[in-house]
Amino acid sequence: MKLTDRRVQAVAGLLLVGVLIAAPLGLKPHGIYLLSMWAVMSIAAIGLNLTLGYAGQISLAQAAFVGIGAYCSAILTTSYGWPFGAAFVMAALLCFVIGWLLGYPALRVQHHYLAFVTLAFTTLVFLVLRNEEWLTKGIYGISGINRPNLFGWSTKAPRDFYYFCLIVLAGVSWFTWRLVRSPWGRAFMALRENPVRASSLGVDTRRYTLMAFAIGSALGGVAGALYAPLVEFIDPTPFALSLSLNLLLMVIVGGSGYFFGPFLGAIVSVLLPEWLRFTDGLYLIIYAVFVMALMVVCPAGLLGLVEKIFKPLSKSGKAAP
Amino acid sequence: MALLQILISGLATGAIYALVAVGFMLLWQTSQTINFAQGEFVMLPAFFVLAAMKFGGLSFGMALLVGMLASLIVLGLLFKVLIVNPMLRHGVLPLVISTIALALFLKEGVKEWYAAEAQSFPAVWSNDNLEIAGAVVSVQNLVIIAVAVAAVLLLQWFLARTRTGRCMQATAQNPALARILGIRVERMILYTFLINAALVALASFLISPIYLAKFSNGETLGLAAFIAAIVGGFNQVRGAIVGGLLLGVVDNLAAAYISTQYRGAIPLFVLIAVILFRPQGLLGRAEERSV
Repeated sequence: MKLTDRRVQAVAGLLLVGVLIAAPLGLKPHGIYLLSMWAVMSIAAIGLNLTLGYAGQISLAQAAFVGIGAYCSAILTTSYGWPFGAAFVMAALLCFVIGWLLGYPALRVQHHYLAFVTLAFTTLVFLVLRNEEWLTKGIYGISGINRPNLFGWSTKAPRDFYYFCLIVLAGVSWFTWRLVRSPWGRAFMALRENPVRASSLGVDTRRYTLMAFAIGSALGGVAGALYAPLVEFIDPTPFALSLSLNLLLMVIVGGSGYFFGPFLGAIVSVLLPEWLRFTDGLYLIIYAVFVMALMVVCPAGLLGLVEKIFKPLSKSGKAAP
Repeated sequence: MALLQILISGLATGAIYALVAVGFMLLWQTSQTINFAQGEFVMLPAFFVLAAMKFGGLSFGMALLVGMLASLIVLGLLFKVLIVNPMLRHGVLPLVISTIALALFLKEGVKEWYAAEAQSFPAVWSNDNLEIAGAVVSVQNLVIIAVAVAAVLLLQWFLARTRTGRCMQATAQNPALARILGIRVERMILYTFLINAALVALASFLISPIYLAKFSNGETLGLAAFIAAIVGGFNQVRGAIVGGLLLGVVDNLAAAYISTQYRGAIPLFVLIAVILFRPQGLLGRAEERSV
């Protein structure tokens, strides 16, 4: 069994869809809320997986894009009365443009330097969100964000909104699935594996690096645009650096460069705390130890581990660079 | 006069940043470890001391010694053996992830098993103020500057003048060649981890009386150390010192003259500017890029 095999992935995908549709039945609102949060975080992690896992550009800016997306959709719908659909598109577009611009440093610096530039970016965005009260209401946050009404379908109830998140997640997954199998996706991977060779083969590394950043960031924006109506209240705190680190952990823990990695990583990060509730405050400690142990055993993440178990003779597969 | 005050308190903060940044950079040089837990490493030793006093009933002086020893063992030896060694062959990114997880572990561990509230920490020196040329300067700040400068000078002397120090530099510059020359590379790397542990412990003892000991202290400190190391130049001890001092002063000046809300933003702008226009750092030499 090879996880990169198309058929295996297709079957896994179908199974996943079935489980996800059935999941909220019989759950309390809080459980459905968590499932929705899982879908939202999965979208953000899928975006980061494109930038990091496929194109090999380490980014700690994803939280900033989730934040920008969330604020963009919240401000446009509450203060300016935009319909949700328009605000949603705007959030994705805005993040696409900012992500594109952030890609320029990526052209100049690599690896740890890039990590620090993007880290600085996240912190700067956080400061802007906190300090520019005229726009973002600062630490008081924006409340009263309504869940949208789409073509007569009200997503006000938790389960309806969950299905809405699921539809967006499906759309994003389909888009990414197509993308990584297109010439673009191959160009991204070439960028990750060996930028010098890629450019000598005629891949426009400049354009693809910017694209990897822009698309990954736009997906962060999409996640943010869903986050705002999901929580119905936003303030700057959730979009601080810790979310960026958390998203990075999700991608790596799930398996960076694997299509299903972000889904799995988001399960570990969003749903596992709930299942480990009986441990009281120890959850994060257990999580941290688990991540450290996983990195020692298999730095390619959980999916890398699965592949290793099922195919012990193959090389570690598509591990992160 | 206010300027002098700001400069001195800036230099004091900067001296602490410099200590942390030097250790951070040493780890990077000798073992390609980007330690995302460096800030938590500064947070922890203060709790070793507090725990030694609370549970061991030790005097403050003895507790400091115990704290230093515990740091050397936990943050130096154990960190290297348990976290870094098994990860080295996997490359930079998995190790980064590991240290992020370690940071989380240390933070939550202290919160869970010691205290979630800020703990007061006894000062090594008095809290008096001196008046120098009309400016009010706290003795504490002067002591911090003095101790940090002494520690850094000692380290510089050690690295440049002793045989072991030179072996460590050789290891950092070219491990393969150093091994051929008969240098015990593994041991040299261990020494850098111990030095880093000593530096962060020192920084912890100096800064905790001012900012109190709290589990979340590491976040800002770690960020400051990264910025200092990069601004100064990632491959030089001198660079990290200059970066640290510069950062401390810029931070304090920005808070006083530009905007307290955006004081955190100024160092970040400096960081981005340096990375984009002078990625080798202010004092650094260009790093060779291997294809």
